[in-house]
Amino acid sequence: MNIGAIRAIYVFEMARTFRTLLQSIVSPVLSTSLYFVVFGAAIGSRIDQVEGVSYGAFIVPGLIMLTVLVQSVNNAAFGIYFPKFIGTIYELLSAPASFVEITAGYVLAAATKSLVIGLIILATSFFFVDLTILHPVWMLAFLVLTCLSFSLFGFIIGIWAQNFEQLQLVPLLVVTPLVFLGGSFYSIAMLPPFWQTVTLFNPVVYLVSGFRWAFFGASDVPVLASLAAIVVFTVACIAVIALIFRTGWRIRK
Amino acid sequence: MADIVTIRNLTKTYGDGFEALKSVNLGIRKGEILALLGPNGAGKTTLISTVCGITRPTSGTITVRGHDTLKDFRAARRLIGLVPQEISLEPFERVMNTVRFSRGLFGGGRDDAHLERVLRQLSLWDKRDARILELSGGMKRRVLIAKALSHDPRVLFLDEPTAGVDVELRRDMWRVVEGLKADGVTIILTTHYIEEAEAIADRIGIIAGGDILLVEEKAALMQRMGQKQMEIQLQDPVTEVPAALADFDLQIGGDGTLIYTYDAQGERTGITRLFSALPDAGLVLRDVQTRQSSLEDIFVNLVNGDAA
Repeated sequence: MNIGAIRAIYVFEMARTFRTLLQSIVSPVLSTSLYFVVFGAAIGSRIDQVEGVSYGAFIVPGLIMLTVLVQSVNNAAFGIYFPKFIGTIYELLSAPASFVEITAGYVLAAATKSLVIGLIILATSFFFVDLTILHPVWMLAFLVLTCLSFSLFGFIIGIWAQNFEQLQLVPLLVVTPLVFLGGSFYSIAMLPPFWQTVTLFNPVVYLVSGFRWAFFGASDVPVLASLAAIVVFTVACIAVIALIFRTGWRIRK
Repeated sequence: MADIVTIRNLTKTYGDGFEALKSVNLGIRKGEILALLGPNGAGKTTLISTVCGITRPTSGTITVRGHDTLKDFRAARRLIGLVPQEISLEPFERVMNTVRFSRGLFGGGRDDAHLERVLRQLSLWDKRDARILELSGGMKRRVLIAKALSHDPRVLFLDEPTAGVDVELRRDMWRVVEGLKADGVTIILTTHYIEEAEAIADRIGIIAGGDILLVEEKAALMQRMGQKQMEIQLQDPVTEVPAALADFDLQIGGDGTLIYTYDAQGERTGITRLFSALPDAGLVLRDVQTRQSSLEDIFVNLVNGDAA
């Protein structure tokens, strides 16, 4: 195992974050704070409690998930796409590093950035709503697992993308709608029965539900189902990446 | 001298059916500078990319100091440094950081003393904190070399390192290459510039259409394949070759001279016989000049298939 390669990629990617602090961290935190102001304070004050929690507090896990999912995918996708775009990927391919080390370096860096953003948003939410976290360890575990799994997914998007438009396609047209329709701002119990069944095919429902359970002890789907969904998604992403590196698809001629 | 890189029956066929390498066999000697010459699309970059792990071979084997580049890729790649043809660098990164990153990728621990030596050797030490986008084209090429040398490789592949750089910088780069050779680094460079191969290579390899046409010591190659030309200036210029000299390989020069082409290594050059025949043709000798054919001539002949 070439640990040095993992460290080198991780440090290099994190340095990029610090170089672009406004874009990497301040921007997502600011936009999420606006969500708090609009949905939590302005509109939320006119909505009754949901599952025994004030609406402002109820949307906190969903808001964190929204940002973390989009950031994880974007960070990891850009991380591997940029070397492809400017040609520096030759270095990765000619280094004594397997796909495990290369993937680990980029995914860990992307997941770290998302995790930091998620935690900053959580800290910010305490300024807007009264919030108690019933299961803080599980909350952290769900957050970390989500960051990792969606960074893996983003890594695949970055390899797949052949231009900047494609790079933005999945986060904008797939991930964001799934998060909005995945119970980020409502409980799926509020939907008509037919749409409740349809929503269960949305994988984000399981993430948001499990994450919200860690906060309030109530969930739309069983917690174990949420955990299983994350694990299955993570394993599937790892399998796809292994296949990509074995075949060299879109990275090696 | 023993081979440090051994390539056996290497083929590469791309997905669209294009056969970029056709059963290439090549041994690269430890400590030498091997120049690979070839026209565009000859397979030079594919060959280098395949050795370095960027391109997968279709068949065949490559070993670097006995390590198979597929089965034992970690050990093999640790010995190799690659300077790509394109200037591929992160524009906003600083010189020292990007070189440190390259060393890290190869598993090397942080060794700023070594990196300082490399940067000084390439006259980049003063630019270590500069962003890549602030550097000139020549300096960027040096950064690529510094990155390739960051993990102290024993074999360095330079893919057209002087393409598009001015003459002064090219000569500067040659000095760098010679310095690396003196440090015991084996160097393989591809180039379009024949004069580059003539100036710094120990051996010349000529590749065309995915085949290695020959690999030979530069001096021996030029001696073996070099033809000489003798320009004969006459008292009275001629417009056509006299009938009495029809047996000789003669052409008319631009100012009425006779150009005689002969094999310098041949048993008989025919020069004495030609000089004896001149008075019979009514010609009076005024002056004589000879010229050795260059590596460029040899290259063109080989690639055009006229060299047998």
